[in-house]
Amino acid sequence: MNGFLVKVERFIDIFINQGGYNEVLGGLKNTILIAVSGLIIGIVIGTLIATVRVLPKYSRLSRALDKFCTFYVGLFRGTPMVAQLLVFYYVMLPLIGVKMTSVSVAICVFGLNSGAYISEMMRAGILSVDPGQMEGGRSVGMSYGATMMKIVIPQAIKNILPTLGNEFIALVKETSVVSFIGATDLYVAFNYIGSNSYEFMVPYLVMAIMYIAIVCIISFGIKMMERRLRKGDRQ
Amino acid sequence: MTDSKNKDLIVVDGLCKDFGDNKVLKDISTTIKKGEKVVVIGPSGSGKSTFLRCLNCMEDPTAGKIIFGGENIADMSVDINVHRQKMGMVFQHFNLFANKTVIENIMMAPVYVAKKNIKKQKRDNLLIKLHLKKGEITPVTASMPEIKKQAKEKAVELLKRIGLEEKADAYPSSLSGGQKQRVAIVRSLAMEPDVILFDEPTSALDPEMVGEVLELMKELANQGMTMVVVTHEMGFAKEVGTRIVFMDEGRFVEEAAPEEFFANPKSERAKEFLSKVL
Ligand SMILES: Nc1ncnc2c1ncn2[C@@H]1O[C@H](COP(=O)(O)OP(=O)(O)OP(=O)(O)O)[C@@H](O)[C@H]1O
Ligand SMILES: [Mg+2]
Repeated sequence: MNGFLVKVERFIDIFINQGGYNEVLGGLKNTILIAVSGLIIGIVIGTLIATVRVLPKYSRLSRALDKFCTFYVGLFRGTPMVAQLLVFYYVMLPLIGVKMTSVSVAICVFGLNSGAYISEMMRAGILSVDPGQMEGGRSVGMSYGATMMKIVIPQAIKNILPTLGNEFIALVKETSVVSFIGATDLYVAFNYIGSNSYEFMVPYLVMAIMYIAIVCIISFGIKMMERRLRKGDRQ
Repeated sequence: MTDSKNKDLIVVDGLCKDFGDNKVLKDISTTIKKGEKVVVIGPSGSGKSTFLRCLNCMEDPTAGKIIFGGENIADMSVDINVHRQKMGMVFQHFNLFANKTVIENIMMAPVYVAKKNIKKQKRDNLLIKLHLKKGEITPVTASMPEIKKQAKEKAVELLKRIGLEEKADAYPSSLSGGQKQRVAIVRSLAMEPDVILFDEPTSALDPEMVGEVLELMKELANQGMTMVVVTHEMGFAKEVGTRIVFMDEGRFVEEAAPEEFFANPKSERAKEFLSKVL
C-alpha cells in the first residue's frame, strides 16, 4: 500500500510540477479532435452513401454509384484501422507528394473509416422510417432530395442515435492507434509520463479513468439528445 | 387563366399502369373539369388507389398521358414537383411529417417553394450578369423572414379554420386520427392547389372521427374545390359527388351522376358491388 502511495506521489510530481499535464491536455485535445471530426465527417459520408444505396435503381448512374459505395464500404470495413492509417500516411501521401500533419491524417482516416460503418447504420435508419413520410413530402411538391434531408434523414438519425453513440465511443477508444503515425493522443501522453518516471501503473490507471469519464460524458450527452428528439413521439 | 366552371383541369388519355406482369390500369381516359367532385368506388384491388396515384405521378404511368397545367406530366422530362404543388394529396394514413410540429407541417411546402424560387431568381440574375443568359435582371425583393412570417400567418389561419390553433406547436403523434387527417387536409390547402386527391381519407379512422373529416371535405366541396375522392363512404359519394366512377379490374366500368348511378346502375358488376356495400 505504501508502495502505491509513493507511485501516486511520483505521478503527481511529474503530472503537476514537471508539466506532465501539458502533455495530457494536448493528448486529450487530439483524442477529442480526431474522434469528433472523424464522427462528423463519418456522418456526412455515411449519409451520402446511405442515400445512394436506398435510391431507386433506375438509371445507370445510380447503379454505378451504388457499386462504388459497396466497394468503398467493403474496403474500409474489411481492413483494420491501423492498416488504413499506415497506408494513408506512409504510402498514399508520399505517392501524391502532399504534406499533412499526422493529426489531420488521423482525422481523414477516422472520417473515411467511420463513414463506412455509419452508412450501414444510416441505411437501416432510413429504411426504418415510414415510406409514407417520403410520399407526404413528394405529394406537396418537395423534391426527393429535399424530403430526404428535411424529413427522412432527421427521423433516421433519431432512430439510430444509440448506435451512432456507440460508434462515437468506439472512435474515442480507437484513437489510441494514431500513435502508429506519431500523433499524440491520450495514450501517448500517459505513455510519455510513464516512461519519464519509469513507472507505468498510476499513469495507465489515470488514463483508463479518463477514458471512462469521456465515455460517460458522451453517453450522458446522447441520452439528453435522445430525450430532445423524442419530442415527436407519442408520450 | 380564367376560372370558368367548365375548364378541363386534368385530362387522362389512354392511361395504363403495369406492376411487372400485373396490368393494374387498362387504357383509362377521362376528363376532370374544374369544380368537379369525382368519387371513385369499386372493389378492393380494382386499381382505385393506383389510378389516383397516377394522376400526380406518385406512380409513373406505364403508358398514356396526364395533361395538367398545359403539360403532359406523365412525361419524365417535366418537373413534376411544380405540378404537384397545385395537386394536393390526402392519404389514408395521413403521412404528416413526424419530426415537425403541426404548424411546421403546414408551412413546410410554401416556405420550401418560396426559397427555391428565390434561389432560382438569384441564379438567373447571376447568369444574366455574366452574359450566359439573355433577359432582364429581376431584383430579388422577397426575404426569407418575410416569407416565413406570411407562411406562418396563413398556417395559423388554416388551423383556426379547423379549430386546432391551440395544437400549432404540438407534434402529430399527440393528435387524434381525425385531427391528423384535418391537419393533412389543410397542409395540402396551404399550397392553394387546383385539385385535391383523396385516397380513402377516412378508412383509418375510428368511427366517431369520420364525421369531422367528411365535414371538412364537404366544406371544401361547397367552396368549389375540385376533388377526386376514393372512398367507401357511399353517403358522402351521394351527397357531395358530382360524378361517380365505378372501377373494376383496372377499367372505368361505369361513370354517372350519383342519383343515376345509385338508383339504377347499368353494369352487372356495379349492381353486385352496390348490393354488398349499401
Ligand atoms: N407498388 C405496387 N407494386 C406492385 N403491385 C401493386 C403496387 N400497388 C398496387 N399494386 C397492385 O395493384 C392492384 C390494384 O391496387 P390498388 O391499391 O390500386 O387497389 P385499390 O382499388 O385501391 O384497392 P383497395 O380498395 O384495397 O385500396 C392490386 O392487385 C395490387 O396488388
Ligand atoms: Mg386503395
